[in-house]
Amino acid sequence: MTANNPVPQPKKQAENPFSVLLRLFFLLVFDLGSGWFIVQAVQSGYLQLAAVVGVVFLLVNLVLLLPQAYAYRWMVTGLSFLVLFTIYPMLFTIYIAFTNYGDGHLLTQQQALAVIEKETYLPKTGKSYKWTAFKAADNSYALWLIDPDGNTYLGKVGSALVPAKPGDPGIGQADSNGIPTSIDGFTRLNPILAATDKELPNIKFGEAGKTIQIRSPSEAAELKPRYAYDPAANTLTDQENGEVYNDVNGTYTSRTSGKAIVPGYRAVIGFQNFVNFVQSPALRGPLVQILVWNFVFPTLSVLSTFSLGLAIALMFNDKDFPLKKVFRTLLLIPYTIPSVITVLIWRGMMNPDLGIINHLTKTWFGFSPPWFSEPIWAQAGVLLVNLWLGYPYFMLITSGALQSIPADLYEAAKIDGANSWQAFRNITLPLLLVAVGPLLIASYVYNFNNFGLIYLFINGGPPIVGATTQAGHTDILISYVYNLAFASGGRGVQYGLASAISIIVFFIVGTITLVQFRFTNMWEEVSKNV
Amino acid sequence: MSKLASTYQNLRSSQRFMNRVSLVIKLVIAVILVVFSVFPVLWIFSAALDPTSQLGSQSLIPPQAGFQNFEKLFNDPLLPFWKWVWNSIKVSGITTILSISITTMAAFAFSRLRFAGRITMLKAILLIQVFPNLLALVAIYLMIEQTGHIIPWLGLETHAGLILVYLGGSMGINIWLMKGFLDTIPRAIDEAAMLDGATNWQIFTQLLLPLLRPILVVVGILAFIGTYGDFVLARILLSKAENYTLMVGLALFTNNQFAQNWGPFSAGALIGALPVMIIYLALQDQIAGGLTVGAVKE
Repeated sequence: MTANNPVPQPKKQAENPFSVLLRLFFLLVFDLGSGWFIVQAVQSGYLQLAAVVGVVFLLVNLVLLLPQAYAYRWMVTGLSFLVLFTIYPMLFTIYIAFTNYGDGHLLTQQQALAVIEKETYLPKTGKSYKWTAFKAADNSYALWLIDPDGNTYLGKVGSALVPAKPGDPGIGQADSNGIPTSIDGFTRLNPILAATDKELPNIKFGEAGKTIQIRSPSEAAELKPRYAYDPAANTLTDQENGEVYNDVNGTYTSRTSGKAIVPGYRAVIGFQNFVNFVQSPALRGPLVQILVWNFVFPTLSVLSTFSLGLAIALMFNDKDFPLKKVFRTLLLIPYTIPSVITVLIWRGMMNPDLGIINHLTKTWFGFSPPWFSEPIWAQAGVLLVNLWLGYPYFMLITSGALQSIPADLYEAAKIDGANSWQAFRNITLPLLLVAVGPLLIASYVYNFNNFGLIYLFINGGPPIVGATTQAGHTDILISYVYNLAFASGGRGVQYGLASAISIIVFFIVGTITLVQFRFTNMWEEVSKNV
Repeated sequence: MSKLASTYQNLRSSQRFMNRVSLVIKLVIAVILVVFSVFPVLWIFSAALDPTSQLGSQSLIPPQAGFQNFEKLFNDPLLPFWKWVWNSIKVSGITTILSISITTMAAFAFSRLRFAGRITMLKAILLIQVFPNLLALVAIYLMIEQTGHIIPWLGLETHAGLILVYLGGSMGINIWLMKGFLDTIPRAIDEAAMLDGATNWQIFTQLLLPLLRPILVVVGILAFIGTYGDFVLARILLSKAENYTLMVGLALFTNNQFAQNWGPFSAGALIGALPVMIIYLALQDQIAGGLTVGAVKE
């Protein structure tokens, strides 16, 4: 390689004024757009997002303005995307792992308090009205209200109370009690009907914040905010019974009763997610199982795909093999179909009642494997499908590598009296492993996170009995994370816990790769090529 | 004939016999393997043409083959199949064009320019690949969700947001691949142009790009197929059926009554898979070459 030779650089030329203008114009547009975005993000409380866009803002400005950074102008778009969508999500994952982000804790503290302050209760005492109910044909209601001073109002849902008198336009004449006999569009309910109406006591009349609700057959009253916030102590006090709620990791919780106010807000809770992950017995059960399977699955997958691929490559290494090209093309087919589609096809073919595979095994062996209900068969099924998906890759790789092993090595072995097994064992395999070792590890890491297969084929099932979270016998960490975060089956999304598990996977994958770099000389190889 | 000669003859013929036996055994094994690898494709082909369209009643050679399943697939209002195909082509096409442009320009800088941090950057790009962005899927989801509150057309349910996330992976292993190709083009070519006063941009667009075109086509097709086959990110970011890409849409079939919808599913799977399969088989030598770059010492 000529990597170390000096490379002639173009002569310093004055930059074309048009291209200078173009660059500055682009920079202006970019700065305005991203500046606006940062302001918006800060206002919405997305501080991390604002920070990363700020980093990209600085990066782009430096690169486009500094002449020394000329080379980076060629890759500034790619670098920005790298920062935004690869590096930032990793850092953001770490941040989320230390928060309680998830259902019940989706909002910022400010937003959560705003929601909580809208909570109201019906005070036992205080200003009250006498009421008469009216009902319309479309089942909406109106209230005729009389306050203690004798003022009368008409109350409807969603709009402010209107001072009204019997005989006003649209309102009928007063009866002996001073209550209008009719209101246009509504019919008056007699006291018995009104008292037995099931909906009426739950309806909040009037405009938001000053709503009126029926308290008893004779009284309606204005609702009051339930919680009073004390910013100094960061506590909420229930106005109805005086209970004090303290801020515990983003959830306002009562010390006396243990009750929590919903919603909480997203807060940094330290290592709580990791502690839950390791300690909680409910989580620990499925987790150990998932972790074991997460190592068994890629190991067996790589072994089986590599062995079959190598066997085929060895077979075709024979020069006289007839129709070699045709066979190879046909054997390559599994590799050519998008794996989502093949996994779904296999899912259909392995249907225990109707699928062709089970139909055949029943005819031939009198046995129909329960691929989707028995743990061991489910695991075997996943491995079988992955074998089909994976062997052509290793067939391609190893047949290339086999051709690069010098033939004189085999001749020398033959002269020394080695049989073909010995030649394979002592020449082919070691040399091959050196060449494809990094790819084996890459394949291991890929299968370690082979979410698509597990999710589409069987969705992690069959379920592990007694697990408190959705977990199955074929679940790997990443599919478990997915279920925790996005498909929790009524238990609520748990972004924090899911991210904590992601970080543990980060560490496992990172360790595997570092060990690979340490024990193969791949890193040095690579470094020589730059 | 001497004894030695006859022994030699026997030995030779027996060896030839042994060779022949082993060839036959190999052929049988090869045929079994071919059945293993081709059967699912044949089966889906026959299922697509089988008018009974049910998983249980299908036979390998359907008695009254026809295109009823395709009609059913195209006319089902709940399954906007062509919309999915279009979404997939749109998302993958835009992603491919943008990401190849990004990659090629960056690879040019790495191959032809010398600058501070060049080697560190190249190594960093390789190291980051260790962590697939699949692992950060929660963060990616939340990030796009937050972005959507500020710029609605980049948020969840938008293809623009999905494309941006895909582009995040474009500064990846493909830069090494492309830089490798660029390194094989002799520098003498651009040196000559430089003496004539050509700028870097002119060298890149007018000299190197035309030379790279055949490779760009292959890398582009592979990138297209890669994006086209993605499931996870599209599944997380898109949740309305009309926004699905084809892969997410096809997975929808398994939700309910997979066995009854087997026929239309097969028809859809066939349409989704056949073009990709043909392209792959046509390009198999180039793909094998690309795969073994860096793995096999030439």
